[in-house]
Amino acid sequence: MATTATPQSIEDTIKESLVTFGADADAVTRDATLEDIDVDSLDLVELTQVVEETYGIELEGSDLKDVKTVGDVVDLVVAKVG
Amino acid sequence: MRDVVITGVGAITPLGVGARTLHTRWTAGVSAIRDGEAPCADFDATDHMTPKQARRADRATQLAVGAGAEALADAGWCAGLPYDAGLIGCVLGTGIGGIGTLEDNHDQLRDTGPDAVSPLAVPLMMSNAGSAALSLEHGLRGPVFSVVSACAAGSHAIGTAARMIEHGDADAIVTGGAEAPLTPLSRAAFESMGAISPSGVSRPFDARRDGFVMGEGAGVLVLEAGDCARARGASILGTLRGYGCTGDAHHITAPHAEGHGGARAMTLALANAGLGPQDVDYVNAHGTSTQLNDRAETAALKLALGERASEIPVSSTKSAIGHLLGAAGAVEAVATLLALRDRVAPPTIGWEEREEGMDLDYVPAARPLARRDGEAAVALSNSFGFGGHNATLCLQA
Repeated sequence: MATTATPQSIEDTIKESLVTFGADADAVTRDATLEDIDVDSLDLVELTQVVEETYGIELEGSDLKDVKTVGDVVDLVVAKVG
Repeated sequence: MRDVVITGVGAITPLGVGARTLHTRWTAGVSAIRDGEAPCADFDATDHMTPKQARRADRATQLAVGAGAEALADAGWCAGLPYDAGLIGCVLGTGIGGIGTLEDNHDQLRDTGPDAVSPLAVPLMMSNAGSAALSLEHGLRGPVFSVVSACAAGSHAIGTAARMIEHGDADAIVTGGAEAPLTPLSRAAFESMGAISPSGVSRPFDARRDGFVMGEGAGVLVLEAGDCARARGASILGTLRGYGCTGDAHHITAPHAEGHGGARAMTLALANAGLGPQDVDYVNAHGTSTQLNDRAETAALKLALGERASEIPVSSTKSAIGHLLGAAGAVEAVATLLALRDRVAPPTIGWEEREEGMDLDYVPAARPLARRDGEAAVALSNSFGFGGHNATLCLQA
């Protein structure tokens, strides 16, 4: 578990993961919707695995059901990490 | 009954990217076998798909997508599908599907735990991933499924596709097979049963043969109903004249020594084509380089073709690219079609020593087919799989 997690480092981790999953790096901004950058439910499950492993938190599928943008995902994870 | 024509071919094989690359290099006697295996060293998935698509595909599916794109372009489908998407299907064969994905995720399960298993594991390793990927990529909405029958799967897929076109289930079907078995478990499993050549040499029908060499790759053909293809002015490469398939009901891995099941598959394919042994110009053998297959296949050829068996050139693509398992029949159908079009019998590379009783013409060097230009040349392509599955295609070009 990374004790030095900051909102910025969390945002960077999430953006890097989405790019690894195949999203266009230039398109992955806080305001981009997941639909715009072609992030689907399988990508979100993979992302969940990454942030759980990196930050030692637990995310439920229901936590993610209302997220629309990259920023929504970042804010959710930042809140969980505390 | 509608006739079934071939309008496009594609192949990714150990000899390189492209169906014509396979044909040219095999005919020139080039072998792609290195250190006892035959990988597709020239294949880079991202040449054929986006990084996201590549990440969501096992190597077997990546090979299928690459070969499929070539086949559709060859058929002249670049500008769009020529028929209602609901009348275009995809039927692919595979022996073991995404075994590399299965092994990687089992490593994760064992080393890290169940939470580390990828959500992509199932869509990557499922045996139907190849036909699903081609359907998605090209918007094919007709009959879409995969066929699993070990090393006969590629031929079963093509034969099944042809039947569905004949019966009107589809006007066109993208068909073939793909396999990516060069993984630790797959190697160990085939070695454990003594199927792999310890010398690392694929020498079909030669007295010194000691097992097969494993390879990877994909072959894809575009089959169309002849009336539809002619109506759209398609360039027709050849005709799928006949298909026969049988089961040995003899042994889980060994073929029947007298080749009864294989012979019946050939006889059925010829009967389906309305042809007989006198019409056959070339046989693309299953020819795995195992002791049992090559002897039983020789017996089967004699049973099915009678006195003509010794007059017909019989060669094995596996001498050049090893055994592609569930992709073998598909790649070999592509190679057979292009050989017929060029009126050439490609060689059984490395065949030198005759074994007693195995006295057919195994084509040690490529040579022209006897059939003249302008006359249709006919070939049989055999595929036999563990489980006693036998499938024979009859092609004409």
